[in-house]
Amino acid sequence: MKKFVSIVLATAMAAALAGCGATATPTAATSESGSTASAAAIKIGGIGPITGGAAVYGTAVKNGEELAVKEINALGGTQFELNFEDDEHDAEKSVNAYNTLKDWGMQVLAGPVTTTPTLAVAAEAAVDGIFVMTPSASAQAVIETGDNVFQVCFTDPNQGVASADYIADNALATAVGVIYDASDAYSSGIYEKFKAQADSKGLSIVAAEAFTADNKSDLSTQVTKCKDAGADLIFLPIYYTEASQILKYADSIGYTPAFFGCDGLDGLLAVEGFDTTLAEGVMLLTPFAADAADAKTQAFVKAYEAAYGETPNQFAADAYDVIYAIYEASEAAGVTADMNAADICEALKTQIITMSFDGLTGTNMTWDATGAVSKAPQAVVIKDGAYSAMTASSESAK
Amino acid sequence: MAITKLKNMKKTTKSNLITFGIVVAFYLVIQLCTGMGMMTSSFAGQLVPICAYIILAVSLNLTVGILGELSLGHAGFMSVGAFSGTLVWMTTSATLPSWLALALSFVVGGVVAGLFGLLIGIPVLRLSGDYLAIVTLAFGEIIKNFMNACYLGYDANGLHFSLKDSASLHLAADGQVLINGAMGITGVKKASTFTVGIILILITLVVILNLIHSRAGRAITSIRDNEIAAQSIGINITRYKLMAFIVSAVFAGVAGVLYSLNFSTLVAKKFDYNTSILILVFVVLGGIGNIRGSIIAAAILTVLPELLRSMNDYRMLIYAIVLIVVMIFSQSPQLVAWRKKTLAKFKKNGSVKPPKGVA
Repeated sequence: MKKFVSIVLATAMAAALAGCGATATPTAATSESGSTASAAAIKIGGIGPITGGAAVYGTAVKNGEELAVKEINALGGTQFELNFEDDEHDAEKSVNAYNTLKDWGMQVLAGPVTTTPTLAVAAEAAVDGIFVMTPSASAQAVIETGDNVFQVCFTDPNQGVASADYIADNALATAVGVIYDASDAYSSGIYEKFKAQADSKGLSIVAAEAFTADNKSDLSTQVTKCKDAGADLIFLPIYYTEASQILKYADSIGYTPAFFGCDGLDGLLAVEGFDTTLAEGVMLLTPFAADAADAKTQAFVKAYEAAYGETPNQFAADAYDVIYAIYEASEAAGVTADMNAADICEALKTQIITMSFDGLTGTNMTWDATGAVSKAPQAVVIKDGAYSAMTASSESAK
Repeated sequence: MAITKLKNMKKTTKSNLITFGIVVAFYLVIQLCTGMGMMTSSFAGQLVPICAYIILAVSLNLTVGILGELSLGHAGFMSVGAFSGTLVWMTTSATLPSWLALALSFVVGGVVAGLFGLLIGIPVLRLSGDYLAIVTLAFGEIIKNFMNACYLGYDANGLHFSLKDSASLHLAADGQVLINGAMGITGVKKASTFTVGIILILITLVVILNLIHSRAGRAITSIRDNEIAAQSIGINITRYKLMAFIVSAVFAGVAGVLYSLNFSTLVAKKFDYNTSILILVFVVLGGIGNIRGSIIAAAILTVLPELLRSMNDYRMLIYAIVLIVVMIFSQSPQLVAWRKKTLAKFKKNGSVKPPKGVA
């Protein structure tokens, strides 16, 4: 009996392997014909979590990229073809997705979305010589992986430093409490730099309370500790779901400090079942606000809402900028679809550090050779259930 | 001559040879495909994870199938092995020849995981019942949360350690952060290859299959089948339980090193409860106590989600359905009876021919 089962399983395995072989041939064929014969569109790969706990971010990025590609193709100039693969916010799956895209014939990678997968994928791409531009993987280590890796978002250290500067320069608080996610690279990365900068700016941190992904269902202890320590401002370098809990609990115990967050708080107003009046006065440092008055943002938000039925968040805007930055760099560097990935990578690498790009998440964005972006951080405050720019933001940008 | 030798061979030896044969054949086929340029990068990228999962499944099968204890923290052993082995690799790969540094990493990863196995096994394996499942479950979670909060740095003054943040390591200017909390270890130089993976699988199989078919192995199986009977004939229960459990932990650690050296980044979050369960699924689906089944199940179930990529959002749904169908196929009493009947018929028809062929 056992033997029979193993024979069946062995044949199944052989069939699976044969399946691999079979799929190999058509993809190889299409990538060949794509690069020589038709030479129509530059193949752009996207990677991000479409399923699992971080799916909100991956879906936003996917939508933003799709929208940008559609618009660019409608312009009639350089044509793009987008293939977005799921990575479930896991390094192993992300490398699998990357390899799948390579089989497809990817020439430029617009992703991945989250930090840990990006670190794994960027190392592979550095070896293969494929140009990588991530919309939202914000750790410093991401761009240190190779000279072919560029970011559109701020690095974590940048956000932490900018937040501390902003709070100190505008004298927003005398005693600061911090609640952060110690099990999350993004959150602990920002906290670390925030702390260092706060110390040097003479800002006093009276409480630094951590939680982890496993025990975030109840954050009342952390809030209470901040209250007991007498914090008059709570810095939240975390994502919006947890922030909404914190706001709710603080309100229920009658604790009303100022709240200050980073780009992860973007999306707070869209949390289901959350009383948005609680978010009144929350300040956040984000490169994108959906109700900004400029024509570019307005057009993007309108198109996004029409296509996907929801208001775009900062991730979608970053992704949209990635595609447009690649587009402008490709046009300027004369990249065509019949070039191979390594040549495109070289061309884009030299082009992108010389150009200045106006996107949704910042004007006059520039990149240095390390891959970090330079753009002005913008602080917004939630007023009447909507973001409005804080007047002092231009000052802190200096 | 050769045929009679093969015929007179002990049944277990023959079965073991088939298992080794499958692994070697798998290796040769893959090498052939690579040589002929038929491999997709998608499949080539999965080879090392497949090897790691095979080692994990085989080693867990020793605990679950042969010893009969449920372990829900196999990823925890994988984690300690991965972190210690990767640290060794990062610190020695620059000075030692790379094969030696690699071998050292695997040995250290295995030994550290084994030590943790001993640590957990000594109190828990004295008890009978489901205690091991609960304790290993807790162990996996503790390791994950500890590694998430662990900061380790290195400078001229030696090693620095903190559980708070990397700033409190107080590193000198030339210092280097090795483990950075939730960010884990970054910038690992990739070292795992498919060949290394296959060699490790073969070593694992040699050790575990020999253990199973040895005197100690029979003692271990007797504990599984009836603990009281085993005790009554003078078998030292705790000792044999520990033996199986530690061997299982050692190879989990080795697999962890193999896995982590295949990626440039290593985070504790990967080795969570879900990963432990994933390995358990390989074991259960391959057949509890069936080493060859574990190998095949681990390989297929690792490749399957990638093969289903074209289904987009539905792939995890289909993956789950496949699991259920295979489970029903291999475990449902009616199907088992039907399979036996067909197999008997098949054997009756087939048994006439072979003697002719041999003669």
